[in-house]
Amino acid sequence: MKDSHIAVPEGGLDAISMRSGEQQSFVELVSGNEAVARAAFDAGVSLGAGYPGTPSTEILEAFDSLGGRAQWAPNEKVALEVALGVSLAGARSIVTMKHVGLNVAADPLFTAAYLDLPGALVVVSADDPGMASSQNEQDNRRYAVAAGVAMLEPSDSQEAYEFTLRAIEIAERWSKPVMLRMTTRVCHTKTVLRRGRARSIPPPRRADFRRDLPSRVMIPAYARPAHKKLRAALAHIAEWNETADVNRIVDGSPAMGIVTSGISYQHVREAAPEASVLKLGMTYPLPFELIRRFASTVERTMVIEEGDPYLAEAVRAAGIPVGAKTEMFRLGELNVSRVRRILANDVSPEPPLLPGKPPALCPGCGHRTVFSSLRNLGCIVSGDIGCYGLGVLPPFEAVDSIVCMGASIGVGLGLRHALPPEQAKRVVSVIGDSTFFHSGITGLLEMAYNPPPTGHVVLVLDNGTTAMTGFQEHPGTGRTLDHSATSKASIEGLARAAGVRNLHVIDPTLDPAAFERLVKECLDRPELTVIVARRDCLLAARHIREYERINARCN
Amino acid sequence: MRGVTNIVIAGLGGQGVLTAADVVADVALHAGFDVKKSELHGMSQRGGSLASDVRFGHEVFSPMVPAGEADFLVAIEPDQVSVNAAALSPNGVIVEPSQINAEKLRNKKSLNVALLGALSRYLEFSEEAWIAAIRRRLPEKLVEANLEAFALGKG
Repeated sequence: MKDSHIAVPEGGLDAISMRSGEQQSFVELVSGNEAVARAAFDAGVSLGAGYPGTPSTEILEAFDSLGGRAQWAPNEKVALEVALGVSLAGARSIVTMKHVGLNVAADPLFTAAYLDLPGALVVVSADDPGMASSQNEQDNRRYAVAAGVAMLEPSDSQEAYEFTLRAIEIAERWSKPVMLRMTTRVCHTKTVLRRGRARSIPPPRRADFRRDLPSRVMIPAYARPAHKKLRAALAHIAEWNETADVNRIVDGSPAMGIVTSGISYQHVREAAPEASVLKLGMTYPLPFELIRRFASTVERTMVIEEGDPYLAEAVRAAGIPVGAKTEMFRLGELNVSRVRRILANDVSPEPPLLPGKPPALCPGCGHRTVFSSLRNLGCIVSGDIGCYGLGVLPPFEAVDSIVCMGASIGVGLGLRHALPPEQAKRVVSVIGDSTFFHSGITGLLEMAYNPPPTGHVVLVLDNGTTAMTGFQEHPGTGRTLDHSATSKASIEGLARAAGVRNLHVIDPTLDPAAFERLVKECLDRPELTVIVARRDCLLAARHIREYERINARCN
Repeated sequence: MRGVTNIVIAGLGGQGVLTAADVVADVALHAGFDVKKSELHGMSQRGGSLASDVRFGHEVFSPMVPAGEADFLVAIEPDQVSVNAAALSPNGVIVEPSQINAEKLRNKKSLNVALLGALSRYLEFSEEAWIAAIRRRLPEKLVEANLEAFALGKG
């Protein structure tokens, strides 16, 4: 190696980079998330929107570091709508979320597919097979089919970069949104990226409004022909996909052919180095003739995929006979050992994973005081998504249900409505600050609108940040994604506006006994109560003070 | 897989597992290898177990070290050896804190880099390459303490 140096942008990416002496090409070791951000930046994406969620969070943070315009929205639905508006204006947009976030954003997604979008709209869904940090392992390839949105699946950072560019190109060619489906290992694994190898795409158009009522206003009279147009576009994309270079055949033995996509491809190449492989880059709409031809060149065809048997079902429905994994491999991530087992049809029990040390609420965390009190008071706790979910683990074991973002309030209300009074009076909903802004506000409206006879107590644990995903800002922090000052939403103000009269704001750590007394008093009254337990996250407090100091100086 | 070196770096959140893995990946990339570095983020930020897989060679496919194929297990926390033992190949080498004279560490937080010093004895990269990677991957004010830690581990 003759010449090597780092070229990490200032304050920027976590990339490991060098200039290769032999090829004189720039080589970097970046995560899939960083690669998506780089592609978005290189393609002139005008705005990136999203809501933080593992494993997707770093995409927008990296996009911001590179100089792109990135914004956290209150939730994924709003993020997708903002991105949709950008695309309607003719500019390029990207919207990022974890798999469950697409449930929240599904409403705009399904109808966005009917619209004609002059600027690209790329929807990144970061799925979490194996649930490293999620409440379910839903397979969002199903969304591509259900919404009628073309979908690309990268298998490493090089493809994450190239497929993001390609998604933009496809979106603009057919004026339709395109999904980029990542998975945890693609998002977070650092692999080699050579940007010089990617084919460039046309520059973005200038944003400019053009009225086009039938293709943008989805009243039934316009939506009916728009649906027909969507199906025609998907048929064209399917035809394009039959010969597109996003799909690749690795020549191997004619005895075994494997159809695969995404991260599974990497495991397959290692588990079966001799096999012929058809690696699909675009997995909706599928290139059935390509798959049929590939299957006809090998003696036996297997589909290897992580999660749901999506590919196997579709390929079989197209009349192409393929083997597939048994149901036990639907659960959890795949890896080389599991792919070897699938190929050998080995369904013997797998060795159990040794449990490591579980995560825990940090020493001194304000949530600890809260869960000690709730446990002492014998509360029935309807929980939510965030660090405070760790209140379910010993020594607290003080969370009775966790479902999805914002569910704590609605589920708590339902429990209050149905349980006998002596139990109903012990029900508390516990929700974090970022989760409250994401989808707790409508729960409060429901509480005030349909109050249970015993009243209800909602505890908002406001630690001043989106802690679990790595300290992102939200509408209640008064700072934007890049930590600069903006309008600050008030939890108390929103509760008051919803019709909640019994409002308390308290730092639970100052006097834990007083906090516990307050919760007990509120539980004893048949009223609607919101208690904001406000204490900055210990890990974020230093940063928060620093941001506030800088922002105060700027104003 | 032939020609691929597999390293698992294990510890608890906050012990520098990811930094150590970044240094190894950086050294391997600059030596001209294909490299993959994989770990699961998320809940491990709250002090839980954390392991990072670094693989390098002519061509690396899966980002995860297959069970029983790790050439090296670097455990920053001694009790993480048993948790990750299934990753280790029969001829695999364990690098752990008992091999370091921790009293000589200027900063206890440099244990991760001291263990890389111990690891470096088994790998083909030059000392200069390791030092360059440490300089690239660690904040400037921590570099000197970590270079000392590396030298201590290397012995």
